[in-house]
Amino acid sequence: MTLLKVENLTLGFHTDEGLITAVDDVSFDLEAGEVMGLVGESGSGKSVTAKSLMKLNPGNAVYGDKTKITLTLDDGPIDVMGLRTAREMQVVRGGSVSMIFQEPMASFAPAITVGDQMTEQLQLHKNMTRREATELSIEMLNRVGISDAATRFKQYAFELSGGMRQRAMIAMALSTSPKLLIADEPTTALDVTIQAQVIDLMKDLVDEFGMGIIFITHDLGVIAQTADKVAVMYLGRVIETGPVREVLRNPAHPYTQGLLNALPDLEDLDTPLSPIPGDIPSPLERPTGCVFHTRCPIAMAGRCDVEIPQMGPVSTGHEAACFAVEDQRMAS
Amino acid sequence: MTDITDTAVTAESEAERRKKEAYFTASQGQLIWARFKKQRAAMVAATALIVMILMGMFAPFLSPYDPTIAGRDKQYEYGAPQIPIFWDENGFSARPFIYGFERHRSLATNFRWVTTINKDDRRYVYFFVQGWEYSLIDIVLGLPGRAFHINIKALTFSTHLFGVDKGGIHIFGTDVAGKDIYSRTLHAIYTSLAVGTIGVGIAFVLALVIGGVSGFYGGWIDGLLQMITDAVRTVPAIPLFMALAAFVPDTWSAEARFLFISCILGLIGWPTLARRVRTHLLTERSQEYVLAAELCGASAGHIIRRHLLPSFTSYIIVDLVISFPYMVLSETALSFIGLGLKDPVNSLGVMLQNVSKADVLLNYQWHFIPVLFFIALVLAFVFVGDGLRDAADPYASTKK
Amino acid sequence: MSDKPVMSVKGLSVHYPISGGLFAPKVVVRAVENVTLDIPHRSFFGLVGESGSGKTTLGRAMLKATPITSGSIRYSDDEVSYDLAEVTKAELKDYRKRAQLIFQDPYAALSPRMTVRDIIAEPLEVMGLTKTREETDKRVREIAAKCRLNLEHLRRFPHAFSGGQRQRISIARALVSKPRFIVADESVAALDVSIQADVLNLLKSLQEELGLTFLFISHDLSVIAHICDHVAVMYLGRLVETAPTRALFAAPRHPYTKALMSAIPSLDPDHRGQAQKLEGEIPSPTNPPPGCKFQTRCPHAIDICRVEEPLLEHSGLEHDVACHRWEELAASLTPEPA
Repeated sequence: MTLLKVENLTLGFHTDEGLITAVDDVSFDLEAGEVMGLVGESGSGKSVTAKSLMKLNPGNAVYGDKTKITLTLDDGPIDVMGLRTAREMQVVRGGSVSMIFQEPMASFAPAITVGDQMTEQLQLHKNMTRREATELSIEMLNRVGISDAATRFKQYAFELSGGMRQRAMIAMALSTSPKLLIADEPTTALDVTIQAQVIDLMKDLVDEFGMGIIFITHDLGVIAQTADKVAVMYLGRVIETGPVREVLRNPAHPYTQGLLNALPDLEDLDTPLSPIPGDIPSPLERPTGCVFHTRCPIAMAGRCDVEIPQMGPVSTGHEAACFAVEDQRMAS
Repeated sequence: MTDITDTAVTAESEAERRKKEAYFTASQGQLIWARFKKQRAAMVAATALIVMILMGMFAPFLSPYDPTIAGRDKQYEYGAPQIPIFWDENGFSARPFIYGFERHRSLATNFRWVTTINKDDRRYVYFFVQGWEYSLIDIVLGLPGRAFHINIKALTFSTHLFGVDKGGIHIFGTDVAGKDIYSRTLHAIYTSLAVGTIGVGIAFVLALVIGGVSGFYGGWIDGLLQMITDAVRTVPAIPLFMALAAFVPDTWSAEARFLFISCILGLIGWPTLARRVRTHLLTERSQEYVLAAELCGASAGHIIRRHLLPSFTSYIIVDLVISFPYMVLSETALSFIGLGLKDPVNSLGVMLQNVSKADVLLNYQWHFIPVLFFIALVLAFVFVGDGLRDAADPYASTKK
Repeated sequence: MSDKPVMSVKGLSVHYPISGGLFAPKVVVRAVENVTLDIPHRSFFGLVGESGSGKTTLGRAMLKATPITSGSIRYSDDEVSYDLAEVTKAELKDYRKRAQLIFQDPYAALSPRMTVRDIIAEPLEVMGLTKTREETDKRVREIAAKCRLNLEHLRRFPHAFSGGQRQRISIARALVSKPRFIVADESVAALDVSIQADVLNLLKSLQEELGLTFLFISHDLSVIAHICDHVAVMYLGRLVETAPTRALFAAPRHPYTKALMSAIPSLDPDHRGQAQKLEGEIPSPTNPPPGCKFQTRCPHAIDICRVEEPLLEHSGLEHDVACHRWEELAASLTPEPA
């Protein structure tokens, strides 16, 4: 069952410098129980995409006309763009859809205990009594590997270490048994040894709860270890998607290839690092045609700077938006 | 390897490119101005503020009459406003005019003046007329206890913007002695601005020194100075002024009293500013680029000049503009209750003293016209200050 | 070219007191404890550790940007040599010309109110290295070109630039005074991956061209593996292992180093579940455990580890480890490729 269907998501922001396009015509699907990685660097629009799913973008956001986000839950499909009142959006936010953020200190209110925050959202979304909510919360804290959960329950966010806070945030997000979990760079701020623990935890929880997860990160290694499929974004557009093994082993789009080449590889210490030439264009200077053509080693003048390539198949389930890929497909 | 080339490969017009380059090379001041311009309320307020400041500064030129008792119009005490018009039953006139009148005291109005307007007696308004003398530099310092008096008068003119050929023109009316309210209002604006400027100036200098030392050195110096600041802040203003007003001898000239009041306002106002200066300094001190300069061996002077001062200049200007109306309001309140300025030094507070009589409230409402100006002045400051504050940190949004 | 190490650190400790209030007992953060280390001339020396390891403090101490509690740091080049723990004001002023820092956050390290030209020129002006404006401009242009900055951009302000470009401006500023020793404190951590490689290559080429010695502080082992020739691993203020890079990655000896390497998520999706899991978290530097600091999380800890702190001992030619059991562990376990 397709849990989430995003079609033609387009989003811009009104700023002092003009209308900035953050996301341009992004489409993807997510099945229940599937982990999808959304990979991109700064300016790729991955965070903004995630926030759009819960309509968490700031007030100066402008959505495109053809944007359609459909969430299929137990009751049937919900058109997220059509949700207007706060009450309607409550279904989406915190009830069936949970989100965890990069900076755990920022998502815990500093003056309320961790336990209070967890029970508050349970009482709000699941209509539990305070006692039921407390029991469930402590159980979840245990489940995410926080020792001495009953004591931690009564503590404040600043009393927990970084890794524990992140786990607590995961516990909080999962305690409402969401169908869809959006994880926005959940391990970026953590030490690598803690990151490894949190990644393992998330994988176990996926197996146990069967939710769909959108995992947003810039770290391809993390995606390799956690995701089933991956979508690569650049400057607001999805330029490649596919099963994670396929995309990482046979990247089709020059950007994906460049990204993989730029990564330092512990297996091969002799090859020099090869960066992608140039800089990510500022959102004020969005390139015409293919968004990547300004840095692409195989860009074709007259075509790549004029037309926008659409997503086309590379192999089963693997798609990329590139004219070179298209040409190769036509040839074979 | 590649250079950083302009990635603007879009088909941009030359104008767009120049606009972007202007943005990239815009200094902090230019960025703040650009942001400020976008706020309509602040721009309107700024225009109004500039107009009023100019009115105050050119007050003698713009006033047909001397605002002191010397310029009073004995024929027209408690007179209603006379607005010049261009057209009436007798025809159109390119030159604006007002009417002549006859006045007598009437039993019916409890012996107040009754004015009968004579529509046939047109008094034309002329521009750039000669009138009472005023000097741009007119310093009279008669400080008590000193062996000398300073009396400098220079740059004397007597041209005024407008006046009438016969009688008087009082576009805001007159008060009990016949003093022109319009002239007095303009001079009052000037005085209030002057008091505010001196008060803010003194407060600022003190705040800069005390807050600056406090924020820059930190540690126990900071602790000590903060205690002093808090102590001064807790001094209640009104009782202090009452005590000081009792202390000021009547022999002091109006100007001396004016300076004294301004100084007191400044001395009361510095703690708030000092706290702000300190906060700004503490934030800036811990910035990484300051550390980078220190790692080059930069002296404290260099860091202050090159990094700290430019960074908080914009904030301090905002703080100053926002403090201004408080000074003006404080002075007005004090003068209104008789503890501040007195005649002939003319401020809004002084003018408002007359308004508290019931007679005036009921019958001579034009005495309130200065209040409108004053509200406009204070609001203009507040709006401009708010606009500046919103515009003042142009770098907040450039973090990743 | 001398054989003497540029930096010779002996028994360095940096402790910060945190007062718990007027009447509470003073708490001390032992950020760096008893570190002994040599940084060879013209090397690209990597210092790796997680949060709380003390690596940033060690780097700052080498620049005399934090007070030194005990021990010595000897800086030597072909002209001068002094001990930073006992340096005079004049010597310190001279040292500032020879040692510089590149910051982590490209957005905070540049004053937003100065043009790029002024930012890069500031060290020259502060240290009085040039006499005329033309001279300053010339040197600024030279170093900007070396750092691959477009000369037209010198008129612009930092808000016009991306993270990678800003970092290059930072680098240019650090190099304009022609220093010999550079501390790069997590200088690529805040950059995008595709830009990281570019800045790293720039640093490497600058090192070769200008004959610099780098202390490269990072938490990212894979970056260190590619660019450094020596590595030192820190944990809770102590050095646990130092080695030439190849030796370290081919055969790590300390359990913490092994755990760090296996915690790096592999790009191979099928290479899962082989990470050596570290339980628990790093202890607080105000209250370190007795004996070996790593014993609370070490899967191989035995009684002696809880009592006696292991010291760095020479094990093999230049591969130094602080662990009681490293020999038996090396014999029994095959080195895991990360």
